[in-house]
Amino acid sequence: MTIEWGTDVDAALSEARAASRPALLYFTAAPA
Amino acid sequence: MASFIEKNFLPVRIQVKEQPATFRRFGVLWTPTLLAMDGEGHERLHWVGYAPADDFLAQLEMGAANAAFGRKQWEEAGRRYRELAERHPASEAAPEAWYWEAATHYMGKKDHLPLETLASRLERRYPNSIWTKKAAPYVPQEPGG
Repeated sequence: MTIEWGTDVDAALSEARAASRPALLYFTAAPA
Repeated sequence: MASFIEKNFLPVRIQVKEQPATFRRFGVLWTPTLLAMDGEGHERLHWVGYAPADDFLAQLEMGAANAAFGRKQWEEAGRRYRELAERHPASEAAPEAWYWEAATHYMGKKDHLPLETLASRLERRYPNSIWTKKAAPYVPQEPGG
């Protein structure tokens, strides 16, 4: 199973409010 | 690990050259950095650097447990801390998880006993952990002690 990473922080934070699930923000220097 | 992330988080990948403003916004100093942010915008996990898989997964579980604690869902938080500590007993996160597990009993039921016995429980398994030291003040003092 691979992780479907989003790229929109604000969308994830907004969804976190509705879903009672935290956003997991992964900051990386590695290219996509 | 992927299934745990998908089930418990809304994952976002932020690449430094693509989103430098997001790095500045969250004050990220180094990569990799992992933040768990709850729906109220509170940070529930801040992890910097690489880690062995077991420690890394334990930190993810800590973030999910902390988020439940932040929502005042004491039973869920306690269950998550217990599961973390039992699944990853050798991880750095395990003594911290036992500390917070004891805190959920106090917060949810005003039950002091798990906090009062925490230090002796941690002392046996994690004598050098900062969380063992943090538990020490909850040990009841002997009369006259």
